[in-house]
Amino acid sequence: MEFEAIIGLEVHAELSTKTKIYCGCTTEFGGEQNTHCCPVCMGLPGALPVLNKEVVTYAMKAGLALNCEINKETYMARKNYFYPDCPKNYQITQDETPLCKNGYIEITTEEGTKKIGIQRIHIEEDAGKALHREDGTYVDFNRSGVPLIEIVSKPDMRTAQEAKMYLENLKAILQYTEVSDCKMEEGSLRCDANVSVRPKGSTEFGVKTEIKNMNSFKAVEKAIEYEIKRQIEAINRGEKIVQETRRWDEAKGETVVMRSKEEAHDYRYFPEPDMVYLVVDDEWINNVKSTLPELPDKKRARYISEYGLPEYDASILTSSKALAAFFEDTVKEGASPKDASNWIMGEVLRTLNDREMSIEDIKVQPKHLSKLIELINNGTITGTIAKKVFKDMFETGDDPEKIVNEKGMVQISDENAIRDIVNKVLDENPQSVEDFKNGKTKAMGFVVGQVMKASKGKANPQLVNKLVEEELQKR
Amino acid sequence: MHTKTLHEIRELINKGEVSCVELTKNTLDRISSVDDKIGAYLQIDEEGALNKAREVDEKIRRGEEVSFLAGIPMAIKDNICVEGLKTTCASKMLQNFVSPYDAHVTKLLKQNDAVILGKLNMDEFAMGSSSENSAFKKVRNPYDLERVPGGSSGGSAAAVAAGEAYYTLGSDTGGSIRQPASLCGVVGLKPTYGRISRYGLVAFASSLDQIGPFTKDVEDCAHVLKAIAGYDEMDSTSAKREVEDYTKYLNQDIKGLRIGIPKECFAEGLNEDVRREIENAIEVLRRLGAEIKEISLPMSKYALAVYYILASSEASSNLARFDGIRYGYRAKDFEDVVDLYVKSRSQGFGDEVKRRIMLGTYALSAGYYDAYYKKALKVRTLIINEYKRAFEDVDVILTPTSPTVAFKIGEKSNNPLEMYLSDIYTVPINIAGVPAISIPAGFVGGLPVGMQLVGNYFDEGTLIKVGHAFERETEFSKVRPSI
Ligand SMILES: [Zn+2]
Repeated sequence: MEFEAIIGLEVHAELSTKTKIYCGCTTEFGGEQNTHCCPVCMGLPGALPVLNKEVVTYAMKAGLALNCEINKETYMARKNYFYPDCPKNYQITQDETPLCKNGYIEITTEEGTKKIGIQRIHIEEDAGKALHREDGTYVDFNRSGVPLIEIVSKPDMRTAQEAKMYLENLKAILQYTEVSDCKMEEGSLRCDANVSVRPKGSTEFGVKTEIKNMNSFKAVEKAIEYEIKRQIEAINRGEKIVQETRRWDEAKGETVVMRSKEEAHDYRYFPEPDMVYLVVDDEWINNVKSTLPELPDKKRARYISEYGLPEYDASILTSSKALAAFFEDTVKEGASPKDASNWIMGEVLRTLNDREMSIEDIKVQPKHLSKLIELINNGTITGTIAKKVFKDMFETGDDPEKIVNEKGMVQISDENAIRDIVNKVLDENPQSVEDFKNGKTKAMGFVVGQVMKASKGKANPQLVNKLVEEELQKR
Repeated sequence: MHTKTLHEIRELINKGEVSCVELTKNTLDRISSVDDKIGAYLQIDEEGALNKAREVDEKIRRGEEVSFLAGIPMAIKDNICVEGLKTTCASKMLQNFVSPYDAHVTKLLKQNDAVILGKLNMDEFAMGSSSENSAFKKVRNPYDLERVPGGSSGGSAAAVAAGEAYYTLGSDTGGSIRQPASLCGVVGLKPTYGRISRYGLVAFASSLDQIGPFTKDVEDCAHVLKAIAGYDEMDSTSAKREVEDYTKYLNQDIKGLRIGIPKECFAEGLNEDVRREIENAIEVLRRLGAEIKEISLPMSKYALAVYYILASSEASSNLARFDGIRYGYRAKDFEDVVDLYVKSRSQGFGDEVKRRIMLGTYALSAGYYDAYYKKALKVRTLIINEYKRAFEDVDVILTPTSPTVAFKIGEKSNNPLEMYLSDIYTVPINIAGVPAISIPAGFVGGLPVGMQLVGNYFDEGTLIKVGHAFERETEFSKVRPSI
């Protein structure tokens, strides 16, 4: 029997607001333990939560960028559970009335563009962090009350690759809108997956499992692939899939049971009585709308139509907001889109990859990259030299003109000077002259290479070609 | 001195007949001589009180203008935070919890240079109607030490009645200010929900809790309310509404004012002697020119059921934070974190608190939520609408505060349902969120009877107007217990 998988994702993203969701404490990452806290986020007796308006603005921004409807009247709800990192032993979240609903993200599959539905986006608070040490367990409440949005997709994905694409696009949109920095390593982006399988063609859903503890997009992809395979094999063995929560074990490369449905919590949700209804008016929504930047999809289309870039290049350049900005700034400084794209897709990304760095960390300024391109185009330096200059720029962040001048890398275009070098090389290589005369044109390439080498790459390549041929003919 | 009202004391200070330090020492002496019998105080901050009194005396000596409350000793129910003092909620769970911050009302009192004597006894976590549920000691009624002072703010009521403070603060979730005020023969006001910030009040039922003052008379009440009311950005349920000068409602006449008498409150369950006293009070108001109208509030019979579902549900969640992890009582021996929770909460909470946590947890559980919590919310809306409609026809509603006078200690402690019935007239008011005041209005066998005046939303002014008119015409607020 042929099966198809049904995948839905629940993503938690930390919002980039300066202060926490229900108090004025900073959201800054790190800091000495329990220093970013107050009576409210510590759940002290008598303390009350007050909703941070910025959190609502940020969440709406995400919702609008993800094509959602905004719920104009919503209320916060309490989710009750006991856990030491949860200071009130309830989380203030949203239940029946999420702030945003019914959106979608587009992904590009082999069959074309596919819309993955977004069921809801709601706002909530993060918990503290339990630290297990030899002498006991401690809790750090610096993260307690950090604002999160939970983005719940519809079960519209069919393969692990689609899930990964959905996540990549989602991350790009959240970064473009500056709603979240999406740093998985700092926990500001987390993802759980719901996976089930069913016979292809069936319209009913199979029993789903929830997978947790995936710490990278790659892990999400691998875990889903594993889980699909596990479920299909189990069904083929005649077993029943049980509704349960499973944990991805990265080291073993498999999902293992965390808890069964019977052990699932009854969270006893009810409307948060310490807060009033959250009412959002059109003016607020329109203000947020007006701050939305150009989103990746639109930008990609524009790069193709306006700049004439190939789809692949446009996709790469728009994959992160910072990279797109670097590209656009380089173009703004005068470089042609084609040249800028070639350099960024080539030397820039290659060097960043080699160093395991991201575009945010680069020292090279767009105006300097643009100048470098100009130096090649106006004949000041050769392409070979340009690569050397770029290496210097990458290390120091210096102006390429300064590097070229200081290191004497200006291209030699003086015919007599080059002719002298050519003749010197020919004198030293009589065999090549002989070979050339015997019709071996390959010998010419060797001579050109030797001349370039002797000029330390500075000789104008076109002139070298022309003069080598001339001088060889003369001999 | 201790029998005087707040406004009388203010006059004495202003005339220079008594200093704030003398006054404070006098009150501390009064506490030492009677509180062994009353049990109103859980904590006394002698040093802090005297320092404040000295500071105010100094201000007065320098000729500075001081607030109406400045230099006058008062005390606060032990579920309202005062920085540096314990906030125990009369529970073993918080026996050693020292609050690191001030409640909003505490801040306002400090800005008014109030002399804070200490913290007052109560039913544990404000759950109860007799103050017998304190984990530390019982409070006794100053009129009869064998009887309860009412609850949960029993310490706040008894302290004012016995002259152990010139005014006090309490909290009212279903009658916890008005019922003890009635039983102790003092004035107690539960303002409109949202009139006073709840920030720093340890929550029992967030949607019902409201802080309010206890005073010897209505005039004092107007002064204290003025000082502690107002919007607070730390409490999103507090109202963005200007605070009136409530003293402008003093000494007004009430001719033509419409007073509604709900017939349901004079039916079965009301003690006959109490009924007679309240009917006499109604006659006084009629004599003063008020128009007395019978009204009907049929939904109010559901209020008690709604109250026990909503209040217990909210409490079950509000009290979850007391888990032995960050502060408060922690059991000595435990095997793991779940064992730590179970043992700390089993040992740290008293029976009534556990009863309500269980009740609330049940009402919120999957499968029961719609039948209990959701339905209760719907009935709440009906009760709110009923009060809104009633206030289209009348300016004030008058009822007894409590169906009986103070009962004997131990009399109802084994029968929770009977205990719950002592709040039958006060509970609907919290459900609706309207303001209400209890005013001394008679005596039965030497024990005080209180009448409850209920006002429209944010119309505390009219309650003060009617209450003060009644007070000028009668002597009940001038009676003091013999202790
Ligand atoms: Zn905080």
